Amino acid sequence: MERILFGDNQFFAVNHASDEKSREQSIKFKDNSAIMDTLNAARTFGLNTFMCTTHDRVARICEVIRANPDEYKDYKIYPCMPYAHKYVNAVTELGISGTIRQYVPGNLLGTMFKGGAAYLSKDFFSLMELMIDAEMKMFKGINTPVIFLQNVVTDLLIGLRADDILIGFYHYIKKKYKAEAGFITTNLPKLADILERANIENPIICFSINKAGFRVSGSNEQYEEILSAKKFRAIAMQVLAGGVVPPKEALEYVCGLPNIESILFGASSKAHIQSTVEYIRYFDRHNHLNVLRFDANAG
Amino acid sequence: MIKIGLIGAGKMGISHLAILGANPEVEVTGVCDTSKMVTDFLSKHGKFNSFSDYVKMVDETKPEAAVVALPTKFHYAVIKHLLGRGIHVFAEKPFCLNVVQSEELVALAARQKVVNQTGYHNKFIGTFREMKKIVNSGVLGDIYHFVGESYGPVITKPKPGNWRSKPSEGGGCLMDYASHVIDLINDIISPIAEVRGSVLNSIFSENVEDAVYALLKLSNGVDGMLSVNWSDETYRKMSTTMTIIGTQGKAIANASELKVYLKQKGGDYVAGWNSRNITELTGQVDFNLRGEEYTLQLDYFIKAIQGKAPNTINSFNNALHTNRAIELIRSRAN
Repeated sequence: MERILFGDNQFFAVNHASDEKSREQSIKFKDNSAIMDTLNAARTFGLNTFMCTTHDRVARICEVIRANPDEYKDYKIYPCMPYAHKYVNAVTELGISGTIRQYVPGNLLGTMFKGGAAYLSKDFFSLMELMIDAEMKMFKGINTPVIFLQNVVTDLLIGLRADDILIGFYHYIKKKYKAEAGFITTNLPKLADILERANIENPIICFSINKAGFRVSGSNEQYEEILSAKKFRAIAMQVLAGGVVPPKEALEYVCGLPNIESILFGASSKAHIQSTVEYIRYFDRHNHLNVLRFDANAG
Repeated sequence: MIKIGLIGAGKMGISHLAILGANPEVEVTGVCDTSKMVTDFLSKHGKFNSFSDYVKMVDETKPEAAVVALPTKFHYAVIKHLLGRGIHVFAEKPFCLNVVQSEELVALAARQKVVNQTGYHNKFIGTFREMKKIVNSGVLGDIYHFVGESYGPVITKPKPGNWRSKPSEGGGCLMDYASHVIDLINDIISPIAEVRGSVLNSIFSENVEDAVYALLKLSNGVDGMLSVNWSDETYRKMSTTMTIIGTQGKAIANASELKVYLKQKGGDYVAGWNSRNITELTGQVDFNLRGEEYTLQLDYFIKAIQGKAPNTINSFNNALHTNRAIELIRSRAN
């Protein structure tokens, strides 16, 4: 994975710190061309991975990428599924089984809902596979080397102790899409334990970590210990904590954490992208030099 | 270890169950739902003890507390049964379909001396908690007006009916959506005492209102407005905003941000505009699902059972006030 991954929250009016900013962003990115312009701006700073939810509008972005194969030949998308609000709003209106009926086509459901008729446990896995395939349709022909389960679902399954479904996701992604499976979570300690128990080697985990401790479940110290002790491929998200910590301080903290492979961030303007990228590269160089100095002194 | 049973595993129930399932101080004794698909999933994958009959679940698993997350029309009978057996109850909002039922359950909970709480989760959101502190501190001066608003994309086109389209079952924007804002007004400023006028507007729904507008007078004499619309697709999800204005300043809060304007410095706030975000105001939790407030409210319920927290925030009695205001608004509109 690249050191810096470009995220999509800004495109879809997700802002953890302000409803007003989220409204401004939804106006700014009303047209898909505005999203493409920002992705292209990020590419000029070497950001060639777009990590995004399976939002309907991402399908349009994929069309542009497919239509210009030469220009985007090195471009990667890390899909994150599902786009939860689509389902949450549907569950509010239709209930859980109503939502599944609406979103999952095919005969399987006909069988499952036949007046409480018995069905096998494996059907929940089939259902998950159908939903994954439905979400992945829009990425056909696009390079998607890592495919993620969104935190709402990961965290829900952690709490429901449905570890086998999390593991099922991991294996299905590997088998069907020849890709790495990743998990997004706001509960790193619990997820890391589950994946360790299941003997998943070196899993990709994307989790909230920031100097303010926002969406860090437990404590920052606990997270730092896990990063040092457990073997997994860590992606840090929500590193700017919605802007509460000044960017320089926020990125110095994250770049200084042990074993973070990648940092995920999103920004709406070229200037913001540039300054974030420059801070990360500056602190990475600085930390690298410190390591070299330490090694020289130790040697 | 607190032994808790869950009754109703729909959208909110499943979310509560996951939070309880992740809490090392809680033993989930049983889960009850009428959907076989849901209970099969929970038995097979979550190893929960699942039931389709809540009385059987209580008889067999003997929980000391229960979380009730059923459609509102079932609340009264189920909660009454649980209270009668001396079980602590956390009930989803809205509390009951009407004031008479709510009053009876408030009295019963008091007689049985059990912990009772409802799921008006906004009160556990850091920005609204801080707003309440600001109001109580007096830095806003004499409060003379407020606006409580909530908008979201629940019903955005005509659709065939479900329970949400039946007024007799607690469907409709007033019970479901506006109740959150009414509850915040009651809590942060003062209980609603009088409704001077109200409009219940059907936009896409056939039988229930999709929007509620009302002019309110609170028991402390302050008046203000309520504006709620769940057919507004310009919002990605439910968005609730409270604006409170006094002689010395103004405060505006939603789930992500709190803005305070003061004429003079007061407490932690400078003169002029102050802005604070949820990222710094929220309480930290050990397990997060969709937002800290959902965990914080259940932590509070558990602490109240353990005798470590007062059973004051979101008590049944608070929810009764909200039910009263709902009836006032409805009767004024008819």
